Amino acid sequence: MPLSGLQIYKLLPQTNCKECGFPTCLAFAMKLAAKQADLKDCPYVSDEAKAKLEAASAPPIRLVEIHGGDGRLAVGNETVLFRHEKTFYHPPGLFLHLQDSEDLQALGAKVAEADAYEADYVGIPLRLDGFAVEAASGDAGAFAAAVSAVRERSQKPLILLAPQAALARAGLEAAQGTRPLLYAADGENWEAMAEVAKSADVPLAVRADSLEALADLTQKLAQTGVEDLVLDPQVSGYLDSLHRLTAIRRLALKKNFRPLGYPMITFPGQAQGADELLLAAEHIAKYAGFIVLDHFDQAELYALLVLRQNIYTDPQKPIQVQPGLYEINNPDKDAPLMVTTNFSITYFSVANEVEGSGWPAWLMVADAEGMSVLTAWAAGKFDAERIAKGVKAFNVDDKVKHHKLIIPGHVAVLSGELEEELPGWEIMVGPREAVDIGSYLKAMWSAS
Amino acid sequence: MTIDIPKETYSGRVIEITLGATAEEGGTRSRSITVGGETALPYLHFEGEIPHPPALGLEIRDRKPDDWSPLLYQAWGEAMQDPADWARAAEAAGADFIYLVLSLTDEEGQTTTPERAVAVVKKVLEATGLPLAVIGPGQADLDNELLVPVAEATKGERLLLGICEDKNYRTIVATAMANGHLVESRTPMDVNLAKQLVILIHDMGMPMDRILMDPTTGALGYGIEYGYSVMERLRLAALQGDAMTQLPMIVTPGEEAWKVKEAKVGEGVPETWGDWERRALTWEALTASTLVHSGADVLVLRHPETLKRVRAMVDNLMQPVETL
Repeated sequence: MPLSGLQIYKLLPQTNCKECGFPTCLAFAMKLAAKQADLKDCPYVSDEAKAKLEAASAPPIRLVEIHGGDGRLAVGNETVLFRHEKTFYHPPGLFLHLQDSEDLQALGAKVAEADAYEADYVGIPLRLDGFAVEAASGDAGAFAAAVSAVRERSQKPLILLAPQAALARAGLEAAQGTRPLLYAADGENWEAMAEVAKSADVPLAVRADSLEALADLTQKLAQTGVEDLVLDPQVSGYLDSLHRLTAIRRLALKKNFRPLGYPMITFPGQAQGADELLLAAEHIAKYAGFIVLDHFDQAELYALLVLRQNIYTDPQKPIQVQPGLYEINNPDKDAPLMVTTNFSITYFSVANEVEGSGWPAWLMVADAEGMSVLTAWAAGKFDAERIAKGVKAFNVDDKVKHHKLIIPGHVAVLSGELEEELPGWEIMVGPREAVDIGSYLKAMWSAS
Repeated sequence: MTIDIPKETYSGRVIEITLGATAEEGGTRSRSITVGGETALPYLHFEGEIPHPPALGLEIRDRKPDDWSPLLYQAWGEAMQDPADWARAAEAAGADFIYLVLSLTDEEGQTTTPERAVAVVKKVLEATGLPLAVIGPGQADLDNELLVPVAEATKGERLLLGICEDKNYRTIVATAMANGHLVESRTPMDVNLAKQLVILIHDMGMPMDRILMDPTTGALGYGIEYGYSVMERLRLAALQGDAMTQLPMIVTPGEEAWKVKEAKVGEGVPETWGDWERRALTWEALTASTLVHSGADVLVLRHPETLKRVRAMVDNLMQPVETL
């Protein structure tokens, strides 16, 4: 948390020696707070004050970045406990767990399939973020071979699960040219792991089963000069996971507690007695930075990726749908034509109802700057002019034979103006709520 | 090193609400269920009380619905032909309560009559000892026409009646008040609207401990984040002492999740969506489990398998164990 000028002033010598180039310590402090001066210019500042000031300028949760051949992932640097307070910034990376004991060919096939996975969600491509390769064999050669095999088929970032210095070195060598996360230091191996992580300049995960032990370890590691750390609080189920991840996030954000001010890694598939999928979903909502999955299943991964997209959507900037003319249930030139706005939830409500009704239809999505029908109308973003513009821009004339446009019941007032904007068109007033579209079409379109 | 975990203590408390009445309580249910009573955010037992697990209910209909996903027909099979059988099957599947939704029309397409509605409700009450919710078809006039006689015929059962919305709540609230039932107060994903309707219902004389607040559920991928954040805000407001938000929250992830394409259909969807059945079950389970974390006290589900999965999760969340 940044300090105010007055808070900084209290940490300065308060001698007004002017050697920093400013007339008083207070003036210097004000410049420091505004980030227009450098603390180094004060020759008399104490080491203690220096440490405090430096600590105060760092984010409460460190941003940790890894990269693969081309993909990169940065997690951490979150600022709130609840998304409505601001937003969550860095979506957790989803990684697939692999073991070097597996046959290399089978491993390669798995990687190729998972690497190619890409689903579309309202125009946003959703993908897996990378692979977590485990040195399960305990053999450095086998581990290096597995890492190389993964790299042959994927450019995505890696996590190396190699909690022994010799294995870690072999894995890092095979991963050269990338910046993987090294997992993990614990109470036994931390000195050796720190050395490996430091010489390769890669982030290092730290694991312990209590917050105290975790904090002890991160402090020791920070002293060795490893700055990019990731915490594994070794959770075993929904409850202890919720408590520990919440406690760590709160300590970092509310107490600015440095020893736990790092992103977290979880292994939902390793928890005894928990459903990997539901626990991974909890980790998405509640504070994980890296999530390592034991299973790759398209249906489940798609659901998790959509959840992540939803939770990490900025509440101030709702997801929008691309304006355009959408086809539902394979419409022909005689199918009804409806118009709505490009707020994603509005679009989905309407599209779902039309689809569920079984009616083939054209749905024109007007550019209303991502607002719902009533909000957009009130803000002047969904008016006759914009709708008419859409009809022309999307070449609606080429797609439908009739000249009938159904508008949302909430904006019935637009029909007069629209008939002026679109000469020769009949404007029909549809239902106010999407749920009534099916019965409306049955009653009104069949009759018209 | 010892670490002082930051704990929040709140002045507010969510009201406890009991659904269903046993013979001693003036009804005929073999047991009642109580929800609410929280003095902390969801499952943070280390800083307050979470006295009750969320209640998990299964939705049934007065007749086999026309437009449900084939996967749900598969799951319930023959039981869907008769609401009593369906209710028994839902009880056997582990439901805490039954959420009975009346249809707009009967099998022949005739508008559901009050006589039929009362008969179905009585039949379901006989078939199961679980607490019951009775929800109208969703058209204001018909809802009122059906729910009033149902409420009168079941006086004292502490049914949950709904759905009360800002355009239509008076009749339902009045009959629930007169006959000792509860109401579901639904508003579209907005903290202030949620409060307003609760105030209106309470102003009619309905005691607070007979109103369940329904903030409206968005399915995964279809607005879940709005519901999620509105629920977090409502719960924080409740704990901070805002009396008109201190109500248990009811959500309908079953209905919402099974309405969307991802769950409903298996054909004509992208290959990357994977196996249909797994995706559908995942969709309902993830919608439900995410809302458990944002403070849902009552969840209405559709698939028995989802109930099992979510039950295992809430059992774990309610364990009295040291975690920190």
